[in-house]
Amino acid sequence: MKQKVKRGKVVSFNKWGYIFLIPFVVVYVTFQLIPLFRTIYNSLFENYMANGGLVQVGPNWVGLKNYSSMFKNPDLWKYLGNTMLLWIMGFVPQIAMSLLLGAWFSDPSLRLKGTRFFKTVIYLPNLIMASAFSMLFVVLFAVGGPINSVLVNLKILSAPFDFMNSIWGVRGLVAGMNFLMWFGNTTILLMAGMMGIDTNLYEAAEVDGATSTQIFFRITLPLLRPILIYVMITSLIGGLQMFDVPQILTNKKGGPLETSMTLIMLLNRHIGISKNYGMAGALSVILFIVTGALSLVVFRFNTKTEK
Amino acid sequence: MRSEVAQKNEKGLGVGTRRVIAYTVLIIVSFLCLFWFYVLFINATRSNGDLNKGFRILPSTYLLKNWTGVLNGTQPIIRGMFNSLFVAVCSAVLCTYFSTMTAYAIHAYDFKLKKFMFTFILMVMMIPTQVTALGFVQQLRDWKLMNSFIPLIVPAIAAPVTFFYMKQYMESNLPLALVEAARIDGSGEFRTFNTIVLPLMKPAISVQAIFTFVSSWNNYFTPALILKEKKRTLPILIAELRSADWLKFDMGQVYVTIAFSIFPVILVYLFLSKFIVEGVTAGGVKG
Repeated sequence: MKQKVKRGKVVSFNKWGYIFLIPFVVVYVTFQLIPLFRTIYNSLFENYMANGGLVQVGPNWVGLKNYSSMFKNPDLWKYLGNTMLLWIMGFVPQIAMSLLLGAWFSDPSLRLKGTRFFKTVIYLPNLIMASAFSMLFVVLFAVGGPINSVLVNLKILSAPFDFMNSIWGVRGLVAGMNFLMWFGNTTILLMAGMMGIDTNLYEAAEVDGATSTQIFFRITLPLLRPILIYVMITSLIGGLQMFDVPQILTNKKGGPLETSMTLIMLLNRHIGISKNYGMAGALSVILFIVTGALSLVVFRFNTKTEK
Repeated sequence: MRSEVAQKNEKGLGVGTRRVIAYTVLIIVSFLCLFWFYVLFINATRSNGDLNKGFRILPSTYLLKNWTGVLNGTQPIIRGMFNSLFVAVCSAVLCTYFSTMTAYAIHAYDFKLKKFMFTFILMVMMIPTQVTALGFVQQLRDWKLMNSFIPLIVPAIAAPVTFFYMKQYMESNLPLALVEAARIDGSGEFRTFNTIVLPLMKPAISVQAIFTFVSSWNNYFTPALILKEKKRTLPILIAELRSADWLKFDMGQVYVTIAFSIFPVILVYLFLSKFIVEGVTAGGVKG
């Protein structure tokens, strides 16, 4: 019906569809698409600064050699492992907490008061400047900082703990910060999904004598699966981009022995410091392919909800 | 029947107990979210000597002194704030205006490439800016746009996520009959967009303006690659504070510098939290 109305009356105006698209297309092509092709082009050349930035080597055409040498380099796999580990350490508690809070917020039988206040509070860390938040954690968790002083005073620790020089100290802080910054967002998303579930199902289950735990695992969770997958994939894409928190927390060094060095930190190092454009290009292309494949899943989710 | 249900429910926990557990967890979690900012605030009001003695629960009186200390310090944080503010405000304005325009193009008109464009924008929605950063920086070098705000502001015009939100909002809130009525009254297409569509989109525009502002204000990766000296924004200054030998600094001033980057957003949030939280729910897509 809608289609017919448009065809009948609007047809002569339809060139305006193109006109209104011009700004987007022009800006997207100049600032995203051309840079993307340029990045891909770069990955096929040997191009870096040698002798501590004094001599430029290249650009020389090397074909796919950058890729093969990148994959042979154990560092890439180590940083990929770090990125995934940091993401999982933050994501698992995040999804568990979000499911729990979402279930409580959307459970009419609980009748929780002040849910708006709680939602507001748990969403807050998401808006905080990640770099300043990380710097705050650096200062608070320093050897002479307030957290250590409280822990020592409460006799939880016998001596101050040097978080920044401990592998799991840094990893724990990165994961903890990611958890804090994202669980509120996830809770709100999951809650919206839970609100959409037909309440008749809950009532029927209750009449049949199901406990709230049974209802959660047998009804809520299966029906929530599409949204859970969506949340997981978007979070994974975000996790692959992890940069601000570990970069500031470890002062660009990636923590003790680079155990918290992520892929984007490596990319940043290639572009900004070592000016190894060949490697930066190859790494970007790989990240592009991986995120592109992941976002196809998100794309299918979005087009499904369209209909 | 009713008693039967009640009996069966006794197998699980009662509503009262579950409510107590829920409140306890919520309070702990809220504490975890707020604690850091509380300590930040308290410590920003204390003197360096006092801070070295350890943790305190109540504020002290050194806030103003720390603040003047920061102003006279080596880091240009007022300038950094204005830089951040300028970039963030311009991005928010351009992003919301042009994303609404793009969404309107797809929503209100029928043309050959419509389906292709819509699919294309959705496909590229999740691609991170970092993967194009190398080519982006090289291009800026060629175009003499390094150390300029333009490459941080203009790209906001093409924001697929904001576009998608606007498009969703239009589906349920922008009746095309209204647009046609304007046409019959002789309003040009561009004028219709500015005087009729934009005002109707106000709620969506304000939500997205806040999100764009905040993500630009917080942005660190791209600005750090292109901005130098006088053009540095707050996240870059924070990173430089981290690299400096900050343990030797006046700690009160370190806290004030951090607070200065964090509290403006918290203040805005206190007033607008209702829209923001609803915006997240409605949008559904905010990676």
